[in-house]
Amino acid sequence: MLAKRIIPCLDVEGGRVVKGVHFLNLRDAGDPVELAAHYDKEGADEIVFLDITASSENRQTLVELARRTGEQVFIPFTIGGGISTLEDIRTIIKAGADKVSINTAAVNNPEIIQKAAERFGSQCVVMAIDAKSREDGSWEIYTHGGRKATGIDLLEWSGKVEKLGAGEILLTSMDRDGTKLGYDIPMTKAVCERVSIPVIASGGAGKLEHLSEVIEKTGCDAVLAASIFHYREYTIEQAKRYLLSKGIEVRL
Amino acid sequence: MNKRIGILDYGMGNLRSVEKGFEKVGFPAEVFREAGMMAEFDAIVLPGVGAFGDAMKSLQQSGAGILLLKHIEEGKPFLGICLGMQVLFDQSEEHGLFKGLGVISGCVKKLPKSEKVPHMGWNIVTFKKKSEIFEGIPDNSRFYFVHSYFCVPEDDSFVLGKTPHGIEFASAVGKNKVFGVQFHPEKSSILGLKVLRNFGRIVSSA
Repeated sequence: MLAKRIIPCLDVEGGRVVKGVHFLNLRDAGDPVELAAHYDKEGADEIVFLDITASSENRQTLVELARRTGEQVFIPFTIGGGISTLEDIRTIIKAGADKVSINTAAVNNPEIIQKAAERFGSQCVVMAIDAKSREDGSWEIYTHGGRKATGIDLLEWSGKVEKLGAGEILLTSMDRDGTKLGYDIPMTKAVCERVSIPVIASGGAGKLEHLSEVIEKTGCDAVLAASIFHYREYTIEQAKRYLLSKGIEVRL
Repeated sequence: MNKRIGILDYGMGNLRSVEKGFEKVGFPAEVFREAGMMAEFDAIVLPGVGAFGDAMKSLQQSGAGILLLKHIEEGKPFLGICLGMQVLFDQSEEHGLFKGLGVISGCVKKLPKSEKVPHMGWNIVTFKKKSEIFEGIPDNSRFYFVHSYFCVPEDDSFVLGKTPHGIEFASAVGKNKVFGVQFHPEKSSILGLKVLRNFGRIVSSA
């Protein structure tokens, strides 16, 4: 059986890690590649890099990041943030990234999902979705790093991107992101029930119970977390041992 | 003299991580495109992602297919990764019926829909036979997989390891110095790198 994946996420800006990462024994704690290599050693199953500047001038930086990561990191990694054209995807994959995550560009032009999947394979295409709850109990997706409401329903969109050929959904709860209150269980569950492609839960991890809770209650395939790992509240190994103690299959 | 490991670039995906993986474990390998260079190498690594038919077409048109068979017939070490393992078989049912290299008897079929396809993520390899390619690696270790088709060898004696995903399929095969793995050692962290190191050692002692 496939192991549930634990994925640390690194926010980068101009090729540097943004949020302070409190690691000892690193020559350069701002270097995303060195951090990713560290997480690989610690047992992370994948790495996600999100470029928060998300501007097209930054493309070359992302290509360089993919190239350097591919030289030092021996687990799969995803690069996202501001990727808007097939050419962007091609150059980043060619530079060594295993997957590319797209968000705003796919909402503006859903065809890019299909084209990218046909050209590079579904497994390369991660649909990043930022969503927020509405008063009626449904959820709406946002673009531009959560700044722009779209009026599009989360579940409809999830179904659509699966049909178009997305290989995975990286689902971030805007309500929970940064709160440390735990993942958005009802939202994650609703998406997991709607699609049959893997779903990565994101937003709200504050303690290890949150990781097991979202896996047990929603059936998601992977959990993404940032600060609990970056600030050394837990190591990846501690997180995995905890999940294992809950009867969840992990790679140790 | 140091043995030379060649990674054949036949247009099927990124080979950098495989190259870097070998470098990391102290067995630098060279990526080459010219099929005619094959004879210069003591061992060949055939990675690859993509469709079986495209891969075979590329191997046949460049002349690499025949040279690969010659390399294998000479008893030289070979490592096929993912699609590079699948092309060792007689034929594949991926998008039609395509003939493979036929080094190992059997065919390549689509994974059953009872589980998510593509099979993507970290899964177990249960050893069926002792092999130097898995030296120092515990049984039931996890490796990283990304694929929708799987190999069905006719003769179970070539199966080195199996993996469960809806069905139990052959995730590693070996025949003399020819090895095939369905997972990606170059993406399987420390244990994956160990597989590459073991292959490097097999090459040096061949």
